[in-house]
Amino acid sequence: MIPLIQAAIVAVFLGTWQMLSPALGLQFFFATPLAVFQSLWALMKSGLLFYHAGITSLEAVAGFLLGGTLGMGIGILLGRHQLLAKVLAPFLTAIYSLPKAALAPLFILWFGIGIDMKIFLAGSIVFFLVFLNTFHGVREVSHEQIAILRLMKANERHLLTKVIIPSAIVWVFAGLRLSVPYALIGAILGEIIAANRGLGFLISSAAGRFDTAGTFAALIAIMFLALVLNRAITFAEGRLMPWRAAEEGREVPI
Amino acid sequence: MPGPTAPPSRKSSEALPLIEFRNVGKTFARGALEAVRDVNLSVAPGEFLTLVGPSGCGKSTLLNMTAGLFLPTTGEVRYAGAVVADINVRVGYMTQVDHLLPWRTLAGNIAVPLEIAGRPKREIAAEVERLMTLVGLTGFGASYPSQLSGGMRKRAALARLFAYDPETLLMDEPFAALDAQMRLVLQVELKRLCRLLGKTVLFVTHDVDEAVALGDRCIVFTSRPGRVRQAITVDLPGDRDLRVLRYDPAYLAQCGALWRLLTPPVEPAVAPQGRRE
Repeated sequence: MIPLIQAAIVAVFLGTWQMLSPALGLQFFFATPLAVFQSLWALMKSGLLFYHAGITSLEAVAGFLLGGTLGMGIGILLGRHQLLAKVLAPFLTAIYSLPKAALAPLFILWFGIGIDMKIFLAGSIVFFLVFLNTFHGVREVSHEQIAILRLMKANERHLLTKVIIPSAIVWVFAGLRLSVPYALIGAILGEIIAANRGLGFLISSAAGRFDTAGTFAALIAIMFLALVLNRAITFAEGRLMPWRAAEEGREVPI
Repeated sequence: MPGPTAPPSRKSSEALPLIEFRNVGKTFARGALEAVRDVNLSVAPGEFLTLVGPSGCGKSTLLNMTAGLFLPTTGEVRYAGAVVADINVRVGYMTQVDHLLPWRTLAGNIAVPLEIAGRPKREIAAEVERLMTLVGLTGFGASYPSQLSGGMRKRAALARLFAYDPETLLMDEPFAALDAQMRLVLQVELKRLCRLLGKTVLFVTHDVDEAVALGDRCIVFTSRPGRVRQAITVDLPGDRDLRVLRYDPAYLAQCGALWRLLTPPVEPAVAPQGRRE
């Protein structure tokens, strides 16, 4: 039922767009869905779309992994060491408050206009989201569970692998899920500012040629990429947290 | 099975105490809540002590302090002669809430202490299997705690406690959520293991019959702030058969006496005699 309604909404939306755009003389700004589709099809047939999408995915995923790994590691470290966390808190807040887009020119100076600059830009955004979530997750770990394990003679490594990381991983994934669009922002922003490849470049070059159909086509490709990344996260979640599925499957006790 | 099979000492005052509470008091919330006051108690090695008293009288607080989870506000808790100042790894603690790890299966949970002890994988699997049979959880090894009933989780927590085989067992109403048959099975098993291995046990319960059936000594607490109201030596043999105990007149008489002792404070506005502040 719900998919039918959703399909109907899409059909009505696209149909209205298709009719209104030429009727109001707005084809230039709002290319008709048909034109967008044709543009998208041409890009796909030439293989250009996959080439650019591949570059952007590479940047986003690499930035995601880089920022995610560092964010998780440092989040766990600071979550376990209150003193260190207190010492570093003002510095981290200061860097966090900085809009990462403002770092782009500096990153270009440091790393050039190649892929690595986009990776670092995406990574710097992802890092903070994952770090903050992991940090919070580690601080939320049940003290009772830790006490019970310490009574079993657990050392810090045991606590980390058996309680802290499994317990914080829910939060880590919340951070990762939140990061998907931001990793794409980092990659695409980098491409718009300085690049000759990637979906961001595709957008800016199409827009530069007043090709709205091409611009919309690239936007659709980005949307699709974000969907794929989200699904990948969901898949990883299911594999890494099988107990969550078990919890969802049970009957709700009152 | 190695280990001394020294029978539990009935004359606790004569043996060197394993656990000692000396003028122990504990307040929470900056003194707003006084859990226990002036508790003096000696527990001999191998002794099975049951703690009874009204809800909220600080029995769990005493267990927490024995485990070193927090320190007394006044007085001191000694374990094997030394003041308990940090986590006491010579005790095992089965808390009221099972505190199983939700991300581990039942078998995985029971395996935790064995993994910490660094036992080889195959040995762990066999031991977990044995313990699950012991507590009647065969076939549930692959289930997650969230999929099981409270009673099953309690039994898993009990299996986990047995898995790491601590010198002293702290048990906070471990059998409260079980059906009568399973409870009896586990009581028998607990009593047998404790006698065999010479375990010292602090066992909190609300069940008067259980307190008499299991204990060598039964400590009755007043309502909050909890103080020792009376220590009753249970006059039953150490190797009593729990399955036929309910027909034993001596047992029934002791249960009756304990019932009478515990009944008055339940009525409102009646304080325990001679204990008014």
